[in-house]
Amino acid sequence: MNWTLALPEIVLACFGMGVLLFGVLRKQDSTMLATMFTIFGFLVTGLLVATGLPGTGFHGQFVADPFSTFNKLLILIGASFAALMSLDWNEKQGIGRFEFPVVMLFAVVGMMIMVSASNLMTLYVGLELQSLSLYVLAAFARDDIRSSEAGLKYFVLSGLASGLLLYGVSMVYGFSGTMDFVVLRDQLANPANISAGLIVGVVFVLVGLAFKVSAVPFHMWTPDVYQGAPTPVTAFFAMAPKVAAMALLLRVMATPFGHLLPAWQSLIVIVSIGSMALGALAAIGQTNIKRLMAYSSIGHMGFALIGLAAGSEDGVRGVLVYMAVYVFMTAGTFACIMSMRRNGKAVEEIKDLAGLASNDAGLAMALAVFMFSLAGIPLMAGFFAKLYVFLAAVKAGLWTLAVIGVLASVVGSFYYIRIIKVMYFDPAGEKFDRRPAALSFVAAATGLITAFFFLFPTPVVDAAQLAARAVFP
Amino acid sequence: MMDVSLGHYLVVSAVLLVLGVFGIFLNRKNIIVILMAIELILLSVNLNLVAFSAALNDLAGQVLAMLVLTVAAAEAAIGLAIVVIYFRNRGSIQVEDVNLMKG
Repeated sequence: MNWTLALPEIVLACFGMGVLLFGVLRKQDSTMLATMFTIFGFLVTGLLVATGLPGTGFHGQFVADPFSTFNKLLILIGASFAALMSLDWNEKQGIGRFEFPVVMLFAVVGMMIMVSASNLMTLYVGLELQSLSLYVLAAFARDDIRSSEAGLKYFVLSGLASGLLLYGVSMVYGFSGTMDFVVLRDQLANPANISAGLIVGVVFVLVGLAFKVSAVPFHMWTPDVYQGAPTPVTAFFAMAPKVAAMALLLRVMATPFGHLLPAWQSLIVIVSIGSMALGALAAIGQTNIKRLMAYSSIGHMGFALIGLAAGSEDGVRGVLVYMAVYVFMTAGTFACIMSMRRNGKAVEEIKDLAGLASNDAGLAMALAVFMFSLAGIPLMAGFFAKLYVFLAAVKAGLWTLAVIGVLASVVGSFYYIRIIKVMYFDPAGEKFDRRPAALSFVAAATGLITAFFFLFPTPVVDAAQLAARAVFP
Repeated sequence: MMDVSLGHYLVVSAVLLVLGVFGIFLNRKNIIVILMAIELILLSVNLNLVAFSAALNDLAGQVLAMLVLTVAAAEAAIGLAIVVIYFRNRGSIQVEDVNLMKG
């Protein structure tokens, strides 16, 4: 038994318990230190993940391969950004408690187990560790009615999704006799082993995971939770859990159920078209920028799912590149949203951005870059992300899907560009407060990466290619 | 005397699952009922797992059932905590009052 494969998770979990003890035992307020320790823990874990050896351990329950490495690094990057941005925000909103980074850290441990799962049992345990931590995070501003409502809605709907997923797991287990991904794959290579009960199970698993990536028709929680949760939590929700759930969806569909491609491909196509359409149309009427980002994320998940629908190595590569770019764009956008604060009070309406260009040229510039990138304007990172999934879809012969994707992206660019219009051409309002250095840092770093991604796409695409190969044994 | 076969267990568990799902979507009264419905879904899964485990003569299903029990306990604890803070802010746990955000 090779337990060193799980060393990053073990180290991170120990960090979590250490920070928790530290926070409880120390008499003064230790939010700042706890957050710093947590980010340090993410860094150490990132190093361990990057240098770790590939292999399968714990009797086939746990796998470390290029696919898990790629996704774990993305998750850690997203979580570090979110933790960094939360510091100042939480303090100003009066929710600066040291438990915040700790809960976030345990959610990250859950996500890392999810992407390394090689057995339906590990999948479930990782998913629940992540979900239970996220319920707490969504309701973290416990004196704010919106936050507690967001937590309640997320809890009920996510609990339902976990239940359905678990029912699917039990059906798959019952009709195949195993929970191991590799054994399942070998078994399903023979069409005689595919039974109706098994297909029902796969559909249930798919429904549960579609909920976690907030794809239509399981998206109803997203706008409310994004709007109600404290903004750093929303930023976290938009980055790390999305990557983890998408990675899990990719692995489950490609490795154990890869031979069932004809059965699930049409489902993914429908889900993808629905998400793109809803993301493009429903966001148009929004006035709250967090809610707008929720619809935007639904749309982006639709685009990413195009790659999965292609059902090929190229497709999975496209999804991974998409998620990598998406994490950076989202981190930057939320850094800008968190900078929107007037007289100590956070504002989150789109009209509050009016005339930002004349008040704060740097922030307006950064937000414009992210909006162009989210819209998929050429030469921005978001364009390449879409390019790779569309290419994969065309190669797999899914012309209709690719064309619908391009149309949805055109419609969607309307509301992104409207934000730029509000910032640059509307009469200026009152200035925003001075923003903390952490937000400027995140916005600048992710802005540069988003704008100049076209200079260095190769390392990311190569890593994604390597990762994609790992899920198609 | 009729034998109880795997099929019977599966039917009972499917009925419980459907009851749980309807309990969430058709219930217009109380959030506590929703928590109970979620528990019902998890119990239906457990029944499924144990029945399959016995039929297949394989222990993995029972191990997962144990894990599900543990997670269900944690989930109930967190769920009740969230309901409590919601009640403190809103003064009600009626399902139709959970409507602050819309659109």
